[in-house]
Amino acid sequence: MDWLFLTEVSLAGIGAGGLYALTGLAFVLIYKATRVVNLAIGEILMVGAYVFFGFSAGLALPFWLAAPGTLLVSGLLGAGIERTLIRPMLGENPISIFMLTIGLGSILVGLVELVWGANPLRLPEFMPTQPLFLGEAYVSPKVATAFAVASLVVTAFLILFRFWRGGVALRATASDQAAAYSMGIDVPKVFSLSWVIACMTAGAAGMLVGAIGGISPTMGVFGLSVLVVVIVGGLDSVLGALIAGLAIGLLEALAGAFLGGEYKTLTTFSLLVLVLMVRPHGLFGTHEIERL
Amino acid sequence: MAIDVDPSRLLPELPLPSGPPALAVDGLMLFFGGLRVLNGVSFEAREGSVTSIIGPNGAGKTSLFNTVSGFYKPAAGAIRFRGASIDALRAPARAQLGLARTFQNISLFHGMTVLDNIKLGRHAHMKSGVLDALWYRGRARREEMELRREIEEKIIDFLEIDHIRKAPVSALSYGLRKRVELARALAMRPKVLLLDEPVAGMNREETEDMARFILDVKEEWGVTVLMVEHDMGMVMDISDHVVVLNFGQVIASGKPREVAANPEVIAAYLGSGNVEDLRARVRQGAQAKRGAV
Amino acid sequence: MRIGTAKTSYLADEALFDTAVQRRWMVALLAALVLFPLFAGPYWLYLGCLVAINVASATGLNILTGFTGLVSLGQAAFMGVGAYTVAWLEINLGTPFLLNLIIGGCSASLIGMVVGAPSLRVKGLYLAIATIAASVILHFLFANWTAVTGGASGLTMPPATFFGTPLDQPGKLYWVIMPITVLMVLGAANLFRTRVGRAFIAVRDRDISAEVLGIPLLRTKLTSFALSSFYAGVAGGMWAYFFRVITPESFPLVMSIFFLAAIIVGGMGTILGGILGATFMTMVPEALKLIVGGLSPWLPDAVALLSPVRTIVFGALIVGFLIFEPRGLAEAWRRLRRFFHLWPFKT
Repeated sequence: MDWLFLTEVSLAGIGAGGLYALTGLAFVLIYKATRVVNLAIGEILMVGAYVFFGFSAGLALPFWLAAPGTLLVSGLLGAGIERTLIRPMLGENPISIFMLTIGLGSILVGLVELVWGANPLRLPEFMPTQPLFLGEAYVSPKVATAFAVASLVVTAFLILFRFWRGGVALRATASDQAAAYSMGIDVPKVFSLSWVIACMTAGAAGMLVGAIGGISPTMGVFGLSVLVVVIVGGLDSVLGALIAGLAIGLLEALAGAFLGGEYKTLTTFSLLVLVLMVRPHGLFGTHEIERL
Repeated sequence: MAIDVDPSRLLPELPLPSGPPALAVDGLMLFFGGLRVLNGVSFEAREGSVTSIIGPNGAGKTSLFNTVSGFYKPAAGAIRFRGASIDALRAPARAQLGLARTFQNISLFHGMTVLDNIKLGRHAHMKSGVLDALWYRGRARREEMELRREIEEKIIDFLEIDHIRKAPVSALSYGLRKRVELARALAMRPKVLLLDEPVAGMNREETEDMARFILDVKEEWGVTVLMVEHDMGMVMDISDHVVVLNFGQVIASGKPREVAANPEVIAAYLGSGNVEDLRARVRQGAQAKRGAV
Repeated sequence: MRIGTAKTSYLADEALFDTAVQRRWMVALLAALVLFPLFAGPYWLYLGCLVAINVASATGLNILTGFTGLVSLGQAAFMGVGAYTVAWLEINLGTPFLLNLIIGGCSASLIGMVVGAPSLRVKGLYLAIATIAASVILHFLFANWTAVTGGASGLTMPPATFFGTPLDQPGKLYWVIMPITVLMVLGAANLFRTRVGRAFIAVRDRDISAEVLGIPLLRTKLTSFALSSFYAGVAGGMWAYFFRVITPESFPLVMSIFFLAAIIVGGMGTILGGILGATFMTMVPEALKLIVGGLSPWLPDAVALLSPVRTIVFGALIVGFLIFEPRGLAEAWRRLRRFFHLWPFKT
């Protein structure tokens, strides 16, 4: 067994896992606040990456303008989606809303293809490129940067969620919408807010993912791995998304390195099936009691 | 002038049917987490009788029904249906034996018509499989037609719901829904019928209709009825036997009149009329809570 | 105005088509289906076959998702199982095509039951995602079980033969595919006149209380999975005979989404919905192709726009129907019919 290789693969996996965790967090945020399973999260991430491309390559803006601009556009996208598509579906059966987000994903892919074409593109470099070593193990500087950024955002997120007034309102809404409403919390605003924050997070993740692997309209399949992450972790668990994000990243990297690339999705989806068999609501998800 | 009446003709004592009771519950225990919902409940429902279970809210009446119909699994205790133990059977198997029920907050299928809802009750007694169903001609059609005729002639006529048979359930009033639910339970070929608050929320007239239906079911169909109900008037009028539940325990049982006179029952329902008693109870409760913490 | 609908027997009251007008329309439709190949060119015959295959599969999915309430994103993968089974049988054993189709349906049905097995514990969206997992795993099998599936290059199979005549043209295959689809749709319609179909609906509407009424949950759900994937398997088998080249990429996840979209657009939980939805969703890309073709003299790169526009329209149809007509085309059709029931006395 080549320990150095194993370490390098694991580090790369955990690095990628950071991005899964970040996107998973965006997913869980929407689910917790609005009970919407947003299958378009991968496509929103993709749109974020393309918007950044448009700002930095198309308009040749410097990074410090292009990045906030991307976040702004992603946030607006989130607000727009919530207001025009999700709000009219309030109270509908969750399966319908789930299908609606699939349709939304398809629309976003088509729009991006219409504007930027179907071919893969490269983002302008904005991350450090000198090689990085942890002990002897080589870590891709981009992955390391992405992981660092992801950790930062996640931490900021958790702090906000815990202490900021809006965060508290969000948690209250998550635990009981009707009660939160009657306590004077503006629930529709919380819904909007959760979509805005989640889409900004996904947009940020899109910039990072695009910087590492390039961008294409099909990069939304990243969302499929995120889906595995949130199901394994439990749809309504922030902690679950973080842990499962890292674990799935690691597992994918190991499967890719030791079994072959085609085994990546097989391994993670097999894990998904296994987890669902043992814990139908994910590792950290809450189980709702059924009543007659 | 004295009227000479043969006392035996005035109050004809119904002969008690021999054999095992239709339903016997023995020492039933049920917990929700640390909460004791049923605490050793035992009672019997005689074949061909109307047995009512009464008690304040939260006494465990509906939980008792859910346990009997096989939805909850009791921690201890035994349930016997016409002498045979049904503890090991799951809900569908119990239904097939002839244990039918209605629900407190009506559980009809909104996507179907009244007729389909009623037909659904017969599911366990029909035999046609998937292949029969796909082909339809032959066994499936024969069975469906028999069922339709029986439902029309025995149930729809009897419950006077022929005007709504093709209506979607979601278009019906509350009272009619309750009636449709009873119809569905009757389609299950019940031997024991569990009715969970059959007249809750109904007006006087609807209540009287329902009481008449229940008595008819008992007398004409020979079905044993077990009923949870808060309407004391109706309970006293149509029950042969009353069981009083409080905090998951049977605190009294007997003929309606005996139970109505039982001081413990009156205390459970109305309080004892003594303020000191209430104070003592509140204090006791508070102490128990402090002890628990 | 709809009159003369009084019935004299329960049988007449429970008939599939219970008015004379309806029966006449059905006869007209069947006649149109029979006459269609006589007038249609090869392109329309090709489309006709494709529509029929998609209707069969969508009807199967409707049984599972629309009527039983179990959302599946595995329909394309189940079609794949049927297609590979049929292709393997045709290549290696050369058994008659009808037998192959039935075996293909049965093998898909077995796989469907395995996928459905956790449906008692795993519910709602979690189940939908478990079916995604199943299709990922099946895709892996198609791509890597080279001995049977031919790996990434897939299988190429000879055409079906009918008493020595090779059915290698859409015009000939139409006579196989269309009747099978009609039978399958009629079967599904029959299903919901009987106890089996009622049990499905009961499971959809009130999962738990169905059990107290004597309907065993697991068995009902498994039956629904089995039946739905049988439909998918047969549809996949017909697909195999139609295209005759099967690769792992023939049955992608997007195709499962296509079928789900078809029953949403058509109307979940109605037989008519599966037919209308699958037909509509198959025709829309063709219509777009026509429009783009018509625009190309004025818009030189119109052809390049076709693919993204198709993706957008596909998504917009799902979103639009969910928001504005959640019960689909079937409901619109019913409204139209109701209008004529009362016409001209009420408008």
